[in-house]
Amino acid sequence: MIARAVVVLLLAFMTLPTVVVVVASFNPTAILAFPPDGVSLRWYVNALTYPQFRRAAVNSAIVTGASVLIALPLGTLAALALVRHRLPLVAFWSAALLSPLVIPGVAAGLGFLILAAALGLLQSRWVLIVAHVVLVLPFVIRSVTVSVANLDPMLERAATSLGASPWRVFRRVTLPLLRPGLFAAGLFAMIVSVNEFAVSLFITTRVTEILPVAMFTYVVNYTDPTMAALSTLFIAATVAAVAIADRFLDLARVFSIGDHR
Amino acid sequence: MTTHTVVALEGVAKSYGAVRALDAVDLAVDEGELLSLLGPSGCGKTTTLNVVAGFVHPDAGRVLIDGTDVTGEPAYRRGLGVVFQSYALFPHMTVAENVAFGLRERSVGRREAAERVAKALALVRLSGAGDQRPHQLSGGMQQRVALARALVIRPRVLLLDEPLAALDKKLREEMRAELLDIQRTVGVTTIFVTHDQHEALALSDRIAVMNQGRLEQLGTPREIYERPASRFVADFIGASTALEGRAVDPQTVEVAGGVRFTVDVGEPLEPGQAVVLLVRPEDVALGVRGGNVVSASVTGLMYLGDHSEVRLELPGGQRLLATVRGTVTLAPGEVVSVSIAPEAFLVDPDIPPEQA
Repeated sequence: MIARAVVVLLLAFMTLPTVVVVVASFNPTAILAFPPDGVSLRWYVNALTYPQFRRAAVNSAIVTGASVLIALPLGTLAALALVRHRLPLVAFWSAALLSPLVIPGVAAGLGFLILAAALGLLQSRWVLIVAHVVLVLPFVIRSVTVSVANLDPMLERAATSLGASPWRVFRRVTLPLLRPGLFAAGLFAMIVSVNEFAVSLFITTRVTEILPVAMFTYVVNYTDPTMAALSTLFIAATVAAVAIADRFLDLARVFSIGDHR
Repeated sequence: MTTHTVVALEGVAKSYGAVRALDAVDLAVDEGELLSLLGPSGCGKTTTLNVVAGFVHPDAGRVLIDGTDVTGEPAYRRGLGVVFQSYALFPHMTVAENVAFGLRERSVGRREAAERVAKALALVRLSGAGDQRPHQLSGGMQQRVALARALVIRPRVLLLDEPLAALDKKLREEMRAELLDIQRTVGVTTIFVTHDQHEALALSDRIAVMNQGRLEQLGTPREIYERPASRFVADFIGASTALEGRAVDPQTVEVAGGVRFTVDVGEPLEPGQAVVLLVRPEDVALGVRGGNVVSASVTGLMYLGDHSEVRLELPGGQRLLATVRGTVTLAPGEVVSVSIAPEAFLVDPDIPPEQA
């Protein structure tokens, strides 16, 4: 009884902010009030037509797309190297690759800012992409590592004995069997990148600004529920992505033990 | 008839850190034969197989296939068929795709590949299973798919790494017979790794008994069983009892407690020589049956279904193990007569004896 009550409270506690944002987004008046006085979609219209949001959405798509496409193969190779090859200093490498998880965003952001300024790349979107690659890499590596660790090396031996060269073994056996792990890794990376704010704040300009930064800038200047509407759209998109992923593969299985059957 | 050597190992050595997995192993496998590598875990039998397959590169020595040095050739260019203990079937492919894997790597045409896959599946009696996924099949069926996949590429040598170890007892015995049939039908030179002496005795043309990275003995099953070259082989192949004693004349050995055994071990013994006699439990008969008859007390009984194991103690305190078919009605403490034929004894070839 008590346990159940605790679970309910915990769930309420976790979802309440989301509920407040969603409800507030339908508020017809120009103040972020709760509870709302009625129902209106005007803030959705505002969010979707605000030019800086549109530009930021395009930026976000480019930065996230590019960083996931770069981080996925890099992270996969790193995971394979960490699990399969007896690297010297393996503990050091894995700590180094996972370190972005524990470095505060502000510190990392400042670092990237100084570096980008020194290289004269402050106006470039590439700095942002590189930073995002670094930030999503730990998620990719962790997710793929689980899949690699669950992959029976005997399968690759069997393929080798049947005449497949190392590249053919990778193409016909390793890669297909890692696919669920790669999919999960990609999804993770996408969510992390799309929501990244702290580091990006330092290294974006008005032109390269991504969505979370644009939202922050907006909320500093205006207090109407446009932000709530945009947040709701954001939440809906993330939920949809996860739901689609779940339809195509059993996420619970991907994230726990990758028994590839 | 001259026999052609298909696989030859010359002075092959391999260490893992401080562990010598293989210590200068020489071995020749003849055309069409089934050779078992037999030994306890860690004896180097699997490492030997992996060296032949090309999965493990030896620190020293050469591997020859049909007289050609393949030591530096990668596994995928050796053209050998391997069956793994875990079967290692590709879970993302159907049974037919699994079997066709090696054919595709060899760029065999679609039509010919389909024919060869069908033939290979028929050989292992799985003609109807081509469209199924490996995990839908039983362990025995998966095993047969793995065999078909290895044979369809017409390998120069078939390497089997404990292929029956994961099956339950009844299935294992069925598969053993089937495996032998298939190997004889195809006539492929085969190296078979096992830790099960019954399996090795039943299947092999020759057995190579391995221990601590070395070849202890190489011979036919009969030679290995009847004339073990070392105490280790005698023990591993038949769980022998060892009796320590001293020769009193060329054909008599006295063990502790003054018990004398007449032995017939080929070479006459030197009187006064320390001797360890080995005798297998099935050669120790209860009751007066001729040969050496001694009395012994029963110290323990173990019922094992088709036979029973009786633990005995000779007057001098030496222990002796006997197996008896059928049911025994004995109780611990009882004194019984025990008969052992002179020919049943083997003299421990390890000199000096390991323990005194």
